[in-house]
Amino acid sequence: MPSALINVPAKAKRGDIIEIKTLMSHIMETGYRHTASGDVVPRDIITSFTCRFNGAEIFRADLYPAIAANPFLTFFTTVTESGKFEFEWIGDKGFSETASASITVE
Amino acid sequence: MAHSDHTTRRTFLGIAGSAAVLGAVPVVIVRPAEASPAMLSAAIRNIVGEANVRTGKVKLDIPPLVENGNTVPMTVSVASPMTAEDYVKSIHVFNEKNPQPNIGNFYLGPRAGRAQVSTRIRLADSQKVTAIARLSDDTFWSATADVVVTLAACTEEAI
Repeated sequence: MPSALINVPAKAKRGDIIEIKTLMSHIMETGYRHTASGDVVPRDIITSFTCRFNGAEIFRADLYPAIAANPFLTFFTTVTESGKFEFEWIGDKGFSETASASITVE
Repeated sequence: MAHSDHTTRRTFLGIAGSAAVLGAVPVVIVRPAEASPAMLSAAIRNIVGEANVRTGKVKLDIPPLVENGNTVPMTVSVASPMTAEDYVKSIHVFNEKNPQPNIGNFYLGPRAGRAQVSTRIRLADSQKVTAIARLSDDTFWSATADVVVTLAACTEEAI
């Protein structure tokens, strides 16, 4: 099962503003919950998300425990050329995931 | 007669005052991990520094009443032409009563085309949510929304 879901239009016209939707499956454990025996459940969250287009950063986010489980982010970008979006999620306990999507600009 | 009435009222106010104090103390003990308004303003100062934060330009879309604080959809948009000269550098979202005042920081650039970000957040209590945008001329603009939460996030026990 893929852990990331990406929604990028396959085609767009030059100069269009497109919406990018991303969802990464992750528990986003806050570090504020306790087990029945009273132990703190250690924090385990995604702390950073980056989106690059043809190598250049177009969007970045710092995430905190107040972001809901399975972080869902949508944002916009202007497309000027065909290319590849690369997505990267980095988090606690060495969490690191990447995904990519291509777009054809006419 | 008038004198006795006065004493009674004073006694009553005294008792009511102590009751209010007693009532307030357990609330503080029950929620030790709550961000205070001081933490919120410290978190905001951390981002904006000494700059003035003005109200306007920013639109914070969040339901006024949510049943489940574990996942609350939120959209922040900023009125900006998003040109190379005039664009939104970043959007920062804060809350009043979660254990931590920060929710997220989002960094955009002129090529975003539209200054709008959506995500889903957690709210531990009914509270205010504040979004602050930093524009390319380093001015800060904000919007605040009140949210009533019936089922709070973070309070349930993990299994």
